[in-house]
Amino acid sequence: MSVTTNPRTIENPKRTVNQARPKQSLKDKYGDRAFNIAATTVLLLSILAVVYPLYFIVIASISDPNAVYEGKVWLFPSGITTEGYERIFADSRIWNGLGNTVIYTVLGTAISVSTILFGAYALSRKDMPGRKILMLLFVITMFFDGGLITKYLVVRDLGMLDTVWAVVLPGAVGVWNLIIARSFFEHTIPNELREAAQMDGATDFKFFFQMVLPLSKPLIMLMIMVHVVAQWNSFFDALIFLNDDSKYPLQLVLRNILIQSDVSSTGTTGGDIESYAAAQRIAELTKYAMIVVSSLPLMIALPFMQKHFTKGAMIGAVK
Amino acid sequence: MSRTIPARRGHPVAAPSPQRKNSLSLRLKRISRAWQLYVLLAPAIIYILVFKYWPMYGVQIAFKNYNPADGFTDSPWVGLTHFIRFVNSYQFGQVVGNTLWIAVLGLLIAFPIPIILALLVNQLQSERFKKFTQTVLYSPAFISTVVVVGIMFVVLSPRSGLVNNAIQLGGGEPIFFMGSAEWFRPIYVISDVWQNAGFSMIVYLAALAAVDPALHDAAKVDGASKLQRIRHIDLPGIMPVVTILFILAIGNLLNVGFEKALLMQTPLNLSTSEIIQTYVYHAGLQQAQFSYSAAIGLFNSLLNLALLLVFNTIARRANQATLW
Repeated sequence: MSVTTNPRTIENPKRTVNQARPKQSLKDKYGDRAFNIAATTVLLLSILAVVYPLYFIVIASISDPNAVYEGKVWLFPSGITTEGYERIFADSRIWNGLGNTVIYTVLGTAISVSTILFGAYALSRKDMPGRKILMLLFVITMFFDGGLITKYLVVRDLGMLDTVWAVVLPGAVGVWNLIIARSFFEHTIPNELREAAQMDGATDFKFFFQMVLPLSKPLIMLMIMVHVVAQWNSFFDALIFLNDDSKYPLQLVLRNILIQSDVSSTGTTGGDIESYAAAQRIAELTKYAMIVVSSLPLMIALPFMQKHFTKGAMIGAVK
Repeated sequence: MSRTIPARRGHPVAAPSPQRKNSLSLRLKRISRAWQLYVLLAPAIIYILVFKYWPMYGVQIAFKNYNPADGFTDSPWVGLTHFIRFVNSYQFGQVVGNTLWIAVLGLLIAFPIPIILALLVNQLQSERFKKFTQTVLYSPAFISTVVVVGIMFVVLSPRSGLVNNAIQLGGGEPIFFMGSAEWFRPIYVISDVWQNAGFSMIVYLAALAAVDPALHDAAKVDGASKLQRIRHIDLPGIMPVVTILFILAIGNLLNVGFEKALLMQTPLNLSTSEIIQTYVYHAGLQQAQFSYSAAIGLFNSLLNLALLLVFNTIARRANQATLW
């Protein structure tokens, strides 16, 4: 604000210069208004394009499957039914997947976040011997990758196939996140603070746990959320490393039902074509409901997470 | 640098000889004093050694006939056999072509859109509408890829999907989007924009927030229109961020969207949806041709690395921000 008021007072004598070309500024004002209208229109259309499919899925999930099938559902649900949701909640695969996902998410987030925070702090210390070489060791992995097959063989050789560890460990440390955390520490933990603490006899551990971590709450929140979202949504490691479907996370269960259309437990083995078609429509209804149920937790959490993510983007942009 | 400058000025730095004698023991002392830092770093180091460097070491199986009994080291060498087989296979052109198509489309369409969105959102007057737009546009990023592809399957379903209902309402014939090869690329790119543009936009918005407002005020005084200010102030202001993200995108060009492509694959669209990475997955893990698919994966990684190096050099020549 102070920046805007200052020049204005200085510019006062210069006003004649501006008045000397009122035509142009008038034209520009029209241009600006046109720009504003165009920008707002584009953004409103984008909002609509993002929201409408989601809204449609919500109303379709509670509508009569026949009405959806016949294309009668556009703005409001019709013939409200909760059958889709009832079927989901009666499906043991969903509950099992959900339970697994919660375990994987909690464990995976704990491992990833602590590893990243510890490591990033050590790498942020300019007085750590060998810091540059160690950093290089991490950065190399961003640009060269052993590939899917060798990773699979390593996990297999470690005996981790079909265990929790195969889902939680192979993707634990993202180097990009490590760099973000490191630059956060570099920018927010003043060297003087550490020197003062060391004078008072604090060891590196003590300083890290008692001073650095409490000062890094925004970073910790960001890291937790990034990993919760990623782990909650991930399916690929589970797909390649797990064979035992009782260990499947929710996303893999969803994939099998939503995409592979494996509706076995929704009972499509009815006799005639008529009842088969009806069962098909209910299976579709279940899919809509399933999309809603699986996305809801993160969507509800979104407003609470927004602040941290925006901040995180800032931290990232600083780098 | 700092060492030469005082010397040139004729102020020799404190005699180096005693320091040099002690340097090894001094270094050891410093290292041992920092042991707690190494402990903190240890988990991360162990992680990359096991899950990043061990697979890199294992890449040698691309030049061998891997058999599980002999492991990474003892399997017999076969040189470039697997690479030659891939290059000569009838799928080579198709798979590489599909990969490049998706990558280039993504770069041409999906990369600039977040920048445009950020520039537009940044111009909004009302703080509230600004925030609302941001939140809405980036919310799809929190929906998992599985669910996004699931949404595509139900919304684009030929018999009951929303889109086909609309097409039929307009008197058109329903289209089996997910089961046709020619629709794979458009759907892939559009859904990518739908899901990720809002989230990528945030980084650019953060960069735009860092643009000095005094520049805008000065431009306003000079009678610059909004478009002119975007072109001459905002765009140059975020150019370093754009360049870095562009280089990173190039470096990951051939890895992008592998999971989504895999999920979107149906037997009917394979001719456009089979990309290098999904091919590696099918040949390697589903048919257990470990060496052959490791060779293809290595081919992919090296191509990526080459692209990254080339574009980083170009950026450096052009005096833009670079990665290193």
